Amino acid sequence: MREGMPNAIAELERRIGEIWEVGERLGLRPLPVHFEVVPATVMYEIGAYGLPGRFSHWTHGKAYQVQKTLYDYGLSKIYELVINSDPCYAFLLETNTLLQNTLVAAHVMAHADFFANNAYFAETRRDMVDIASLHAERIEKYEFTHGKEEVERLLDAVLSIQEHVDPAASETSTRRGPEQRRRSSTPYDDLWRLEERGRRDESGGEERRPATTPAEPIRDLLLFIHDHSPILEDWERDVVAIVRTEMLYFLPQIKTKVLNEGWATLWHARIMRSLDLPPEEHVEFARLHASVLQPAGRRLNPYALGYELLCDIERRYGTEHLFLVREVESDVSLVRNYLTEELVERLDLYLYERRGDELVVVDKDWEAVRDRLANELGGNHIPVIVVEDGDYRGNRELYLRHIWDGRKLDLPWAEKTLENVYRLWGRRVWLETRSDDGTDPLILSYHPREGHRQQR
Amino acid sequence: MFTLAIRRDDWSLHRKGAIDQARHMEKVKEAIKRNLADIVSEQSIITSDGKRLVRVPIRVLEEYRFRFDPEAGRQVGQGSGGTNVGDVIGRVGSGRGPGVGPQAGDEPGIDYYEAELTVDELGELIFEDLELPNLEEKRLRELESEAVRFTDIRKHGPFANLDKRRTLRENLRRNAWRGRARIGDFSNEDLRFKTWERDIKRESNAVVIAMMDVSGSMGTFEKYISRAFYYWMVRFLRTKYDRVEIRFIAHHAEAKEVTEEEFFTRGESGGTRASTAYELALQLIREYYPPDAWNIYPFHFSDGDNWPSDNERCRELAEELLRCVNLFGYGEIRQGRYTYHSTLMHTLQRIGSPKLVTVTISEKADVYQALRRFFGPEVGREVARA
Repeated sequence: MREGMPNAIAELERRIGEIWEVGERLGLRPLPVHFEVVPATVMYEIGAYGLPGRFSHWTHGKAYQVQKTLYDYGLSKIYELVINSDPCYAFLLETNTLLQNTLVAAHVMAHADFFANNAYFAETRRDMVDIASLHAERIEKYEFTHGKEEVERLLDAVLSIQEHVDPAASETSTRRGPEQRRRSSTPYDDLWRLEERGRRDESGGEERRPATTPAEPIRDLLLFIHDHSPILEDWERDVVAIVRTEMLYFLPQIKTKVLNEGWATLWHARIMRSLDLPPEEHVEFARLHASVLQPAGRRLNPYALGYELLCDIERRYGTEHLFLVREVESDVSLVRNYLTEELVERLDLYLYERRGDELVVVDKDWEAVRDRLANELGGNHIPVIVVEDGDYRGNRELYLRHIWDGRKLDLPWAEKTLENVYRLWGRRVWLETRSDDGTDPLILSYHPREGHRQQR
Repeated sequence: MFTLAIRRDDWSLHRKGAIDQARHMEKVKEAIKRNLADIVSEQSIITSDGKRLVRVPIRVLEEYRFRFDPEAGRQVGQGSGGTNVGDVIGRVGSGRGPGVGPQAGDEPGIDYYEAELTVDELGELIFEDLELPNLEEKRLRELESEAVRFTDIRKHGPFANLDKRRTLRENLRRNAWRGRARIGDFSNEDLRFKTWERDIKRESNAVVIAMMDVSGSMGTFEKYISRAFYYWMVRFLRTKYDRVEIRFIAHHAEAKEVTEEEFFTRGESGGTRASTAYELALQLIREYYPPDAWNIYPFHFSDGDNWPSDNERCRELAEELLRCVNLFGYGEIRQGRYTYHSTLMHTLQRIGSPKLVTVTISEKADVYQALRRFFGPEVGREVARA
């Protein structure tokens, strides 16, 4: 893009116009997209933060440093970056060649179509870029009032359980009991309480005990802590809410990584082939497309997996069905419903495990591969942890349960994480999981005075 | 619908990435500092040429979360065709990319985070508050640590030191005097230059006499520990002091002065007579380092397994040494042998001089403690008080 910048930009604009024409003819219905050509520094900064202008924290700095290092040494290039918002923000690297950016634009169009039409994205906030900036402002304000270190310590704790949010849990579902009562702040509030007092007498001793025992186990740890933590101050609750809101925004992307990348790869290939490009660029495109689909060491290439799955679906069920898949599936259902023996063979998927110092291939059975894959994708690499009781032992202790699915927890990490939960709850925290072979319950608990405990 | 724009810097105006990155690096440093005891005695560092980067694993910076045990169970991998059951597809801990700066591990099963530092950077962290204890002013040559400080402003000077801000201000002021407050029409009288002072901290001469037991009873561990200690001691002295002399003495049943290289690489065998080393040290002092002109710091590392008949002589010589030195450091390496007491340590401790600082080392991590015990900020004060 550097050579003759204005010309290249004009040409890129012409090509994106063509891409849109072709894409819409083929059936894509994307959100509007705003493209920006930016230098690498901006690209990897946004890549590290996930959203432009997001709040400050050292973990973002760490991600930034990794990105920057990889980029500086030519080990990785972020070819594309697109933000799910309305309009979508897409970033094109100014050092990319014209053809690279053409391909990225086609890829981006398909992502924007996916954001607009996939069911998991129906509820995402399309104004997240603005919201994240407001969040960042608020956190900056808290840093000013309460000190950077205080805010950092809080964020350390909240971020360590940020994966445990649940879009199905509504903002008020767990909230009842004392919080509402505390809200009152006018001198006449006691008038309203007259009525309540009568009711409370009927329920006897119940009233002293805050109703923080959920009727059903709650998967949304952040929400429960936000609503019921015995110790958090208002600003701290706000930080919990901020992290939760942003995580809920990112969740659909975690759930549909393979599908979304496969979808974008399928369409960039299709659109590029319909563009009127000079022959040498067709060669460059073919090379680039092949490199996108290349296996990366032993690691699964989500682009390749998604692409092959979708091509296969179209072959077997037709193009119309392909669009249905884009609307209703997630990674897990995609793999469960559509991965076949032939595909496992073609993609050369296998199961491996560690034996001594070696990583050894142990199984190539396609169903075993499929089941394991469904356990790794779409956020299933995160253990399901639920709140069972926020008033355990009648002492407002927090009792969490790990829903056992045959995979054991990393116990040292679980203990460290419990320390973070304690920071947010302020009372003893418990976590029930199972011992190695999965038969016996294993209960961890933590309180700074008594340290970590394990009981079977 | 789409729009296209070229932006250069707008998104990154706040420089958040750089700021958070700096905070992250700060945390890396803190983490390293907390782990110094383990890092100091890392084999890979002691045996390195000192120029190489060293990798320091940092556990503290893990982003803990609830996760499945990465060691347990199977993972899905992808080959490039024709992979068979039983194929070895990788090795744990290998296959890292060219290492540059801190990087997160991407191997399945190991979640490490390591920082890379030069030995010098590491040294800076270790030596931060170490010093030669009880340094006294002596006549003769001076041991100096020098710093340049810009402290004053003058009207003449080399242009490299032009103080642009002050020059502009002078120019503005002069123009304002003439009724036109603006910048321009520079003349020589506007010019202002920064000038410096050489800030010389005067310290007296110092010599360190490094003595090491290389006898047969010194096992691999004992030798390693003494080397690790002297390795950092030498680096420390060279970093912090412009001029401090170091003499190396190796001894078994007899002592001889060796070069630095020999000191760190040679192994010997035979019985142990520590008195020979002390005698040689005294001889060096008599010949080259008169105590009225020199701060003298003898150090001795041994497993304490001295010939019993030699202990009495050792005590006498050590007493003589203690009369003319600032501090005598003795480190005894006793790996798992706490029981017997007829050691050199026992002999020396009977002297009961405040200038004698002893330390027992039983594991690698103690090397750092030994450094702090001998050169830590509180040592000098203790000795001076006594």
